[in-house]
Amino acid sequence: MQPAVEFRNISKAFGAVQANADVSFQIAKGSIHGVIGENGAGKSTLMSILYGYYNADSGQVLIDGAPHNIRTSHEAIALGIGMVHQHFMLVENMTVLDNIMLGSEGAFRLATQRSKVEAQLREICTRYRLDVDPLAVIDDLSVGAQQRVEILKQIYRSANILILDEPTAVLTAQETASLFEILRLFKEQGKTIILITHKLGEIMEITDEVTVMRAGRVVGAVHTAATSKEELANMMVGRPIVSELPRGPWNPGAPVLEVADLQLTDANGVRLLADIGFSLRAGEIVAIAGVSGNGQSELMQILSGMRLPSSGKLSFLGKALPFGKRHDADGLPATFRSLGIGHVPEDRLRDGVIKDFSVMQNTVFGYQDRVKNRWGLFDFKAIAARCAHLLQAFDVRPNNPDLRIGLLSGGNQQKVVIAREVSAKPKLMLVGQPTRGVDIGTIESIHTQLLRMRDEGVAILLVSVELEEVRALADRIIVMSGGRITGELKIEEFDTTRIGLLMGGMHKS
Amino acid sequence: MKTTELPRWASGFVLPLLNLLTALVIAGLVIKLLGESPVESLQILISNSLMLEHLGYTLFYATTFIFTGLSVSVAMKAGLFNIGTEGQMYIGGLGLTVAMLAFDASLPAILLIPAAILGSMLFGALWAFLPGYLQAKRGSHIVVTTIMFNFIAASLMNFVIVKYLIPEGEQNPSSRPFADSGSMPRLGEWIPQFADAPLNLGFLLALAALALYGIVVWRSPWGYKLRATGLNPNAAHYAGVSISRMIIVAMLISGALAGLAAVNSIMGSTHYLSISFPAGAGFIGIAVALMGRQHPVGILLSSVLFGALIQGGGELSFQKPAIPPETFIFIQGLIILFCGAMENLYGPALLKLLNSRKG
Repeated sequence: MQPAVEFRNISKAFGAVQANADVSFQIAKGSIHGVIGENGAGKSTLMSILYGYYNADSGQVLIDGAPHNIRTSHEAIALGIGMVHQHFMLVENMTVLDNIMLGSEGAFRLATQRSKVEAQLREICTRYRLDVDPLAVIDDLSVGAQQRVEILKQIYRSANILILDEPTAVLTAQETASLFEILRLFKEQGKTIILITHKLGEIMEITDEVTVMRAGRVVGAVHTAATSKEELANMMVGRPIVSELPRGPWNPGAPVLEVADLQLTDANGVRLLADIGFSLRAGEIVAIAGVSGNGQSELMQILSGMRLPSSGKLSFLGKALPFGKRHDADGLPATFRSLGIGHVPEDRLRDGVIKDFSVMQNTVFGYQDRVKNRWGLFDFKAIAARCAHLLQAFDVRPNNPDLRIGLLSGGNQQKVVIAREVSAKPKLMLVGQPTRGVDIGTIESIHTQLLRMRDEGVAILLVSVELEEVRALADRIIVMSGGRITGELKIEEFDTTRIGLLMGGMHKS
Repeated sequence: MKTTELPRWASGFVLPLLNLLTALVIAGLVIKLLGESPVESLQILISNSLMLEHLGYTLFYATTFIFTGLSVSVAMKAGLFNIGTEGQMYIGGLGLTVAMLAFDASLPAILLIPAAILGSMLFGALWAFLPGYLQAKRGSHIVVTTIMFNFIAASLMNFVIVKYLIPEGEQNPSSRPFADSGSMPRLGEWIPQFADAPLNLGFLLALAALALYGIVVWRSPWGYKLRATGLNPNAAHYAGVSISRMIIVAMLISGALAGLAAVNSIMGSTHYLSISFPAGAGFIGIAVALMGRQHPVGILLSSVLFGALIQGGGELSFQKPAIPPETFIFIQGLIILFCGAMENLYGPALLKLLNSRKG
């Protein structure tokens, strides 16, 4: 049988970066095919070529055995290729029906079209057991339901080849399970699915075949049944990964941070945080697990001084955090930093670095007032020496202090941020999504660094949506959902199913 | 190795030069259409602006543009597009006049001049404070408010001059002339080549301001925070910068610099406050800041360029009646268009060229 998709010697370069080099593999019709690789391995570029966003420098794409030069996504759609992006392409204040008709509406008979399409959608939903109401407004839907809308859209456009880019990044365990149900049903109906992910567990669970990419090349193509997580991880990184990092026994000291009765309501009266209370002691890592957007970001913003709480008791080393009678949080992060609170922000490009500043300038970001000479100007000599030391100690590559930090890879940017915050020797370290967009090799070095800080007696509050990361680092786990704490457990009690239920907002019962 | 960015010498020097040349070529075509020779016109333009006896005038105009260019640049570094330099310069002129009218009879030059300078800076800063405050605390967009404030400044000054400042029995809408002790000492007193030109100490003040601007913005923690605010306010907030205070302070400095531009044109030349005296210098400041990329050397060079255009251009339309004075507003517009709005026109081609040379 013809493969549904075949890549033949695809190469694509962006400037100096070879994103895809001589990529060749086939995807069998009616199969679920996984494509895995670290960040920057070239998965997304390859899929963008398939979907018509980019044109390959050389090589061929064959659909059902026939070569095609797919130049736009319209051509891809016409060939029956559909893509579900990591970030949904939905208009939030429109209904499901209108979103799906958008771009394919017959302008003159919109009303009659609408009822026709609605009937079609209901039929598709029944056939594929997609639980979506065509008349619901996108804003009112959960993230999982929005994803089902994206899938519904692709089926409506009669996609036979469905690309899913990191589909489970924003889903709870339960939502992931139901997504996989849908994908299996698809497969039974003879459709082809390409699953891009970095989660090895999902690959093992649902795919038939896997292609592993590294540095733009295919480094492995295996039948899922004949491989293991360990083997895939080794292929991805090119060397074995230590899954258990060494750490000292859990031996926490005095309380560093105590939060009680914390509330946050935004200007529109929406409750973002409700009744948050927990404590954090020296020498322990407490992880806040949860699907992103459930109040973790707001909590970190409050604890770092970037945002004012509506009310609550927050004390740091026995003293109340100085929110005072302020109207806004302007300048407050500087005060918090001088108290000894370090902060690795979850969105480093938005908050953590200035892209257009050099690596060296970014190593003093937030601490700019501590590197003055007696004239009140920057002591560039000291800054350069400190920067050279940090780049060396944290293995930042390339080791070039004058490069704009925006030109570094995500992992190396993150190393700079972590180096900067660690070197300030904080007593409390707030760490948000430390390994988001960071490759596996770097993840290990970042984790090692955080565990070392813990063993040295720093209190660390970690926010992560990656349960693997939580498991690897945390001493205690707090689960948040809908702005509330829905559960707390020790690392010995780690249980994916239970945490998944708590993340979905289900209290222990 | 192939690069995805232009090296600094190319983006800071070659690109502006190419843009400038493009503007001049188009201007040359227009002059040709008007029936004059572009080459001869350019010769007249250059010899009447950069040759010694005219250089004093060129630098005098350039002094004003350095201050207005700095005014726009400081705000731009904080991410604020201050269109209001024109109005701030105008109101700065009022502050200067108030100081003059109050003290020019009583104070000696050594005290009077600083008092007038302070007056201009203070009034300029105050006029910039309101839009700055509204942006920082109320989120009113600085572009909109500063445009409005230009109109308010024009109307206000009209009122103040006509109602209070015209001396009795005079018709001219301007204040009385100030005492001689209120004139900025001219450089011609020391450098004979500048003997007739209004070039004055203000020029040295402008050079000092450029140097101070360079040091503070690039070598001090405050300048670092200013630039961080302009590049990424979210990150600046994370780094502990009080964004609203930074916006207000940047606007105060911007306004004070605009006020200093009034010092040059009033105390260096006219010696009285006249209606509409800024004559667009604030808007040329925008062009200077864009073309000079808010860099001290760039601001200096582009200020001299615009000074030369005004000086040489006036002379050119005098010698060639077929070329009306409005042509130079047109050329200014072209320069702003190519150096500001279309500054990256040649970027991709230049990058390709550099990469192909390297192989």
